[in-house]
Amino acid sequence: MSMRKVAVVGAGMTKFVRRAQETPKELSWQASRMALQSCELTMDDIEAVCLGTAPDAFDGVHMNGEYLSDGAGAWRKPYMRSYVGGGTGVFVPIQGWYHVASGLFDVVLVLAEEKMSSFYPHAQAAFLTIFDHTTERALKPNLLWIFALEMNRYMTTYGISKEDIARVSVLHKHNAAKHPCALLGDADITVEDVLNSETLAWPVQRLDVSPVSDGAVAIILAAEHIAKRITDKPVWIEGVGWSLDTAYWTNRDLVYPRYVEYAARQAYEMAGITEPRKQIHIAEPYDPFDYKALHHLEGLQLAERGKAVELYISGAAALDGDMPVCPSGGLLGVGNPIAAAGLMKIAELFWQLRGEAGDRQVAGAPRRGVAQAWGDLMQVGTVVIMGR
Amino acid sequence: MNQRVAIVGVGWAGFRPATPEVSYKELMYDAAVRAYTDAGVDPRRDVESFVTVAEDFHEGTSIFDEYTPDQLGGALKSVQTITGDGLHGLATAYMLIRTGQFDIVAVEGHSKASNILTLDEITAYAQDPVLNRPLRFNTHFVAGMEMNRYLYETGTTREQCAAVVVKNRFNALANPSAPYGADLTLQDVLSGPMLSAPLGLRETAEHADGAIVMVLASEQAAQQLVDLPIWIEGIGWCNDSPSLESRDWGQAIYTAQAARMAYSQAGINHPLQAIDFAEVDDIYAYKELQTLEALGFFRPGEAGELTAEGFTTPEGDLPVNVSGGSLGCGHLLDATGLARALEVVLQLRGEAGARQLADVEIGLVQSWRGVPTTNGAVAILSN
Amino acid sequence: MTVKIKEFPGTSLSEKDFDEGKILFNYDELKGEFAWDTGIAIGSYLAALKEGLILGAACYTCHKIVTPPRTVCEWCFDPMDEYIPLLDTGVVNTFSLCYVTWDVQRIEQPEIPAVIMLDGASSLDSGPIMGGIMHKLGEVKPEKVHIGMRVKAVWKPAEEREGSVTDILYFKPIEN
Repeated sequence: MSMRKVAVVGAGMTKFVRRAQETPKELSWQASRMALQSCELTMDDIEAVCLGTAPDAFDGVHMNGEYLSDGAGAWRKPYMRSYVGGGTGVFVPIQGWYHVASGLFDVVLVLAEEKMSSFYPHAQAAFLTIFDHTTERALKPNLLWIFALEMNRYMTTYGISKEDIARVSVLHKHNAAKHPCALLGDADITVEDVLNSETLAWPVQRLDVSPVSDGAVAIILAAEHIAKRITDKPVWIEGVGWSLDTAYWTNRDLVYPRYVEYAARQAYEMAGITEPRKQIHIAEPYDPFDYKALHHLEGLQLAERGKAVELYISGAAALDGDMPVCPSGGLLGVGNPIAAAGLMKIAELFWQLRGEAGDRQVAGAPRRGVAQAWGDLMQVGTVVIMGR
Repeated sequence: MNQRVAIVGVGWAGFRPATPEVSYKELMYDAAVRAYTDAGVDPRRDVESFVTVAEDFHEGTSIFDEYTPDQLGGALKSVQTITGDGLHGLATAYMLIRTGQFDIVAVEGHSKASNILTLDEITAYAQDPVLNRPLRFNTHFVAGMEMNRYLYETGTTREQCAAVVVKNRFNALANPSAPYGADLTLQDVLSGPMLSAPLGLRETAEHADGAIVMVLASEQAAQQLVDLPIWIEGIGWCNDSPSLESRDWGQAIYTAQAARMAYSQAGINHPLQAIDFAEVDDIYAYKELQTLEALGFFRPGEAGELTAEGFTTPEGDLPVNVSGGSLGCGHLLDATGLARALEVVLQLRGEAGARQLADVEIGLVQSWRGVPTTNGAVAILSN
Repeated sequence: MTVKIKEFPGTSLSEKDFDEGKILFNYDELKGEFAWDTGIAIGSYLAALKEGLILGAACYTCHKIVTPPRTVCEWCFDPMDEYIPLLDTGVVNTFSLCYVTWDVQRIEQPEIPAVIMLDGASSLDSGPIMGGIMHKLGEVKPEKVHIGMRVKAVWKPAEEREGSVTDILYFKPIEN
């Protein structure tokens, strides 16, 4: 059965900042307007809107999808909000994809917004309520716990040093120095800086972690016959995949993200990719923590288990390497307004594959890239393959 | 590509004011097992994708989608959550199957309303945090204002709204799953206390706990699985304005637009002629009347009179909420639209027992996300 | 983008903007209160904790024993209705030394969260699923904690237990 082809034809984003003056609706509107302008469309051309934002606790708004709807341009339009935790940013373009691929719509606006700074006194406290209300919350877990537990399991099992993991943070922050929207780009940061930063939850230190931020990103999706009229450089969504592992996360070995592998295999099969390491030219794995990029590169089958760090050691992951990783600067460098950060990766692939990424443009006119996000209780993988 | 999609299995559990003997996971599991058995599928082997509808603040858990896969058989599979009504979930499964990438998709919605101790305060958090919430109104005021404007614009009366309550709760007496069946008079309804005038407390649905799971399949898979697939002929959804300051208060424009989308897919030009019966939102009694007009069954102002005359009773020309609606079955939070859809499926299969309608072929389902939203969906099902 | 687009929207605020009263905001607190039904499986788990036992559930199709108990095996979708007590000893699968509390208060002595693979439940030696629970470690110097360390639960006195995961105070190291 032949599938309806879906293209990304426009993208826009706000700066990612620690604390934005704009309200969540205003951030949403700014990103949406910019995406529309980038491909010379207006809201009248948009047939449906998909929103990603998670969780409601940040905004302190119940039924947050409806609240954000006018900022998202979803006035008197078919409109849905999806979420899969931190994986939402790369899920919402999948939601947009099936809106178009189903044949119900030709042009869809996809928006991801997050304003984390509204939560008082610190957004991290909102994460207490992601834990099981009866079996875990009574222990007062910090969000950092689960990352630290996973990082420890990963580095101890494979014998990977903190020095090597810190290379991820350094490269991504270097790349982000070239991104005009980045919150934490730093062209001069070193491995020593990361290792000397404050210990939060050993083995996690301050500079291993991406910052909470405010921001929004929007893209426009179009069916093939429309896409070719809108732009001569459409970027196709070649494959999508998502997988949600069991909520009983203490029953799993955290050393390897099976959910990312399952999501990636689904996407690769749809895209006809049999040798990902050869057929994919740019990777934007989800990197809220530095070890996470490594973990996810392995789940994406772009590195052997325990070996992803070699991409960084050999230089393959650099902008001029043969497998550039997070040329955007990733969450570690650009910032981590949760859902928006994932969609930022899609926007980055769009710009990179069109050769419009400016100072960050990777070498060798790449043809295909993969973006991936992750979320929930170390549980969900969302994967999108884009190609020109 | 873009094939037909059918509902091939339904299962439900609960539909009671409280379900203290089971956790929300166990309630979902109960509904899921029934739906999978009904469809003759094994979730681990056959179901390729899962869609749940949920709101974090209704669950008391952030990123609630974390806790959805296990009891549905969805672990390490393609599971997603929509913060919408059950009909948004059905629409999502419908789109997934139409892409050609998925043959069998399950949809789940549930309510554990009895576990929420401060539901009114949670609902108040759906108001604009800066412009509206500081005024500290109970969010039912939005329904009171909307009803007032609707009565003003259409000449509908409070008595006609009360007739909806009498009808739906009476219908519920014939539905073993409905906890709020009652034989009331108009006076019984009207003599109750006011909630937010002109809206009375007895015109407002009580909450219930429950879970509903539906299994959807592509045309080919549906025909292999079951003898009587229920086809989704059309499905539409629409969001209007979140602003209390600038919305259209009298009319349900979101329902009119969602219906237009669904009708155009189903090829329906004259809904009253084409559609045999309907299950629509009645969280507040006036909504049933406003909705029937927005759906194009009647002109504005006609629904109240026709309801009072019995046009929408099970014996009438257009039976509406034969199940008892939310007034009779209870308001199931995000699962409300799935409860309405469940009745349409049962009626179209001829499995509605004592309340079975004769000779029905096409049924309509409509849902609304509740105050303070202007967001709803419409589906057309056939047998 | 960076090629075509020169200006990006978004206005950054600083703490100073708030301190100087340049930015107006309103403060509100959500009063969300819940009483979650624990049901069959978790209800049994909590009742057992009150008795000083950690309950697991067995799936004979998948040959697995896991905890906390559940009414359905998520891997084969068969019902799980046999609940059995596990031992309150086990092995540290992973741990962290956490210097910030859940609401981001800095602390001098770290909390030590850990995933503990319990004795009597499935272990990673036999497949990808194990009977692990998250809890805290105590009576141990942070620098002494290691993956693979054997630990045992330290319980609240019986009369103080209330049917909660906090009926276990923490796990402490034991000799092999």
